[in-house]
Amino acid sequence: MPEPLIDIRDLWIAFNGQPVVRNLSLSLHPGECLALVGESGSGKSVTANAILQLLPANACHSQGSIRYQGRELLGADVQTLREIRGNRIAMIFQEPMTSLNPLHTVQRQIGETLLVHRGVTGEAARARIMELLELVGIADPVSRLKAYPHQLSGGQRQRVMIAMALACEPDVLIADEPTTALDVTVQRKILTLLKSLQKRLGMALLLISHDLNLVRSIAQRVCVMRGGEVVEHAACEDLFNAPQHPYSRLLLDAEPAGQALPRDTREAVLKVQDLKVWYALGGGWLRKPWEHIKAVDGVSLSVQRGKTLGIVGESGSGKSTLGQAILRLIEAEGQVTFEGQALHTLNQAQMRPWRKKMQVVFQDPYGSLSPRLSVAQIISEGLEVHLSSNAQQRDELVAQALRDVGLDPETRHRYPHEFSGGQRQRIAIARALVLKPALILLDEPTSALDRTVQKQVVALLRQLQERHGLTYLFISHDLAVIRSLAHDIIVLKDGQVVEQGPSHAVFEAPQHPYTQELLAASALAPSA
Amino acid sequence: MRLSPLAQRRLKRFRNNRRGWWSLWLFTALFVLCLGAEGVANDKPLMLKAAGHYYFPAFKRYTEQQLGGVLPFQPDYRSDYVRQLVVAQGGWMLFPPIAFGPDTPNYDLTTPAPSSPTTMNWLGTDDQARDVLARVLYGARMSILFAVALTVLSALIGVAAGALQGYYGGWVDLFGQRLQEVWSGLPVLYLLIILSGFVEPGFWWLLGIMTLFSWLALVDVVRAEFLRGRSLEYVKAARALGLPTRKVIVRHILPNAMNATLSYLPFILTGAITTLSALDFLGFGMPAGSASLGELIAQGKQNLQAPWLGLTAFFSLSLILCLLVFIGEALRDAFDPRA
Repeated sequence: MPEPLIDIRDLWIAFNGQPVVRNLSLSLHPGECLALVGESGSGKSVTANAILQLLPANACHSQGSIRYQGRELLGADVQTLREIRGNRIAMIFQEPMTSLNPLHTVQRQIGETLLVHRGVTGEAARARIMELLELVGIADPVSRLKAYPHQLSGGQRQRVMIAMALACEPDVLIADEPTTALDVTVQRKILTLLKSLQKRLGMALLLISHDLNLVRSIAQRVCVMRGGEVVEHAACEDLFNAPQHPYSRLLLDAEPAGQALPRDTREAVLKVQDLKVWYALGGGWLRKPWEHIKAVDGVSLSVQRGKTLGIVGESGSGKSTLGQAILRLIEAEGQVTFEGQALHTLNQAQMRPWRKKMQVVFQDPYGSLSPRLSVAQIISEGLEVHLSSNAQQRDELVAQALRDVGLDPETRHRYPHEFSGGQRQRIAIARALVLKPALILLDEPTSALDRTVQKQVVALLRQLQERHGLTYLFISHDLAVIRSLAHDIIVLKDGQVVEQGPSHAVFEAPQHPYTQELLAASALAPSA
Repeated sequence: MRLSPLAQRRLKRFRNNRRGWWSLWLFTALFVLCLGAEGVANDKPLMLKAAGHYYFPAFKRYTEQQLGGVLPFQPDYRSDYVRQLVVAQGGWMLFPPIAFGPDTPNYDLTTPAPSSPTTMNWLGTDDQARDVLARVLYGARMSILFAVALTVLSALIGVAAGALQGYYGGWVDLFGQRLQEVWSGLPVLYLLIILSGFVEPGFWWLLGIMTLFSWLALVDVVRAEFLRGRSLEYVKAARALGLPTRKVIVRHILPNAMNATLSYLPFILTGAITTLSALDFLGFGMPAGSASLGELIAQGKQNLQAPWLGLTAFFSLSLILCLLVFIGEALRDAFDPRA
């Protein structure tokens, strides 16, 4: 076995006395791809940052040893680190929106790395930048040289980040959740790119991800982390075929399972016809706007009682806007009919009684609960408006709603920050549920949660649908979640419906090329 | 009432700032002292006993006849005549620590006014032989009360205006912002000078005019918080619950804006105190003869040979302003979300 490039032994890292990485040992060999997998808070990003000594020195305390080609990095001086960072070991980050400087062009950002480490400037630098952009698969690199980050799409930005990382031909590339912020179709392409680059340049790749299935196609070895410790360390195929640790099995099995509930109603609860949300661009006080952003462009749909309609699309496809337009939280044109009532003819005050019947659960369990109100106050808020019951009855209803979503009613006087992400999402569901609505709009309710928690929330939603006969409008980019809940599906692209139909039909025989691409990219296991 | 954990954390942070915490207590003590100025500096005795009866002249009005004299007016309690009258009836008088009101001249001065500090006039007298300490107490009370009233009024108007502009946005915001820009261009000082040509500007006139302009300070802060707040998910969730707009604003967005507002208030207070002092100094403030810090500064300037006037005004004004700034800093740090 050759000498490892990076050798981490007995690494302990603590923030303000709280250990976040315990007794971690791993090694990375030349030309190898090692995946570090775990849920949020498992210490995987901290480990990656520790290799380049990017952790805040005052808040953190680390012990052990991190060696790069035999050289100790832990506590190395600034000079040594500068020579290694970006030059021998390069890193790409999760968020392509913020990891590029918005004030500099692509040429300048990549050129900076070349200048600092290689001293290359002028024509030579330009040629090298072109070469790099071609390498990472950016079409028409000449015209992209002068582009600013905001002129590029998320995928292109991530490609520029990779080009920057590759500029000095590093031995090791650390990729910290490189695809998490991207759409599924783009994720796949970036991973393929990383894989081919690794092979072509012979780099070692340390890939950090929360998604086990994602790394399967690319990693040779996998480390599963939990609570700062490595719980399993195995060759990729061994891990997938025969996971040893129960936690690895839990992660592997975290794909939301099950089928949508059998339903055979034909009664339409909600009907939407030709809904449009257009934002005016340009124009002025007296001039007409000359252009519109068509966030939702003529969407028609109908949802039957007790069923789930899944709305699928990538970011920017207008699916969240569509949901909010149906609930009339934003202005829209078109007809919305709910339980026989034409909602689009009502003003906001007339709309109020109908709000009780149509509830919403948002994506971000941290942002959707007011930090200043206790859980009981949050849940009973809607009751105060819609039901003129007394305080004691309200309290009972709140307790009942909490039991419904699987939380202990005794916790209702606590504040949201005392709960975990999954528990917060349950609270948000309880807030919607307590009004006994007919329809719940679920706007990416599982996207901000870890896979294992997602699975529980999906199971809860299905159980609630069965018990209360709820109708769901389920918005998600995650096809696995959609498949396990939805009866019918519409696929949105650029504000328009490109495909709709019963769930099984769309999944088994997608008609539109975009749907086919989405399905291929999400690499779903065949339906059970 | 149970404080939310957020409020508890902030209170703890505020208390941990020793300077701000002590400033708050010191300022509260001074403010209480000023509010009770009648019991500290008064030319009428707190208590008086004559002919077996008890009287409280500082708090109630008596005529000389009631005390056994001849005139049907309120007596001059500091005169020898009244003192002898009371003693003759086997009684006594209890004066407050400073036996002068804000406009009581000391007729017993041995040197011409303004006289230097003595055991009788602890900070000396001004050029009309009035006790400086008594005038500082009453003047500070006027300043602080004026500043508090002005701050409360401008906070109410400013928060309401900022909230409406931020929440509704669009035309309301555009129109409101342009109106404010024009409004803030009006010269306040000239308006006050013009006003003093028509009416005798008193407490309420000044408060009214100043309020017209000082509400602008808070609008931008609150508006920015509302622009941010209206797109928060829990605000959207509240709207989806069908909460009336008023409730959404008050319960869900306003608390966010209160952080910025609260930490801004001490600085509006200091601004108001300074402005009132400046107006009094120029002679456009409170009616002539009323005790005020600005008027004391003006006297100090006219009587450079009597440094106790200027120094007293300087130190009392700086003490109040410093305390308020320290409190404001501590509040700002306590509400800082990054801390």
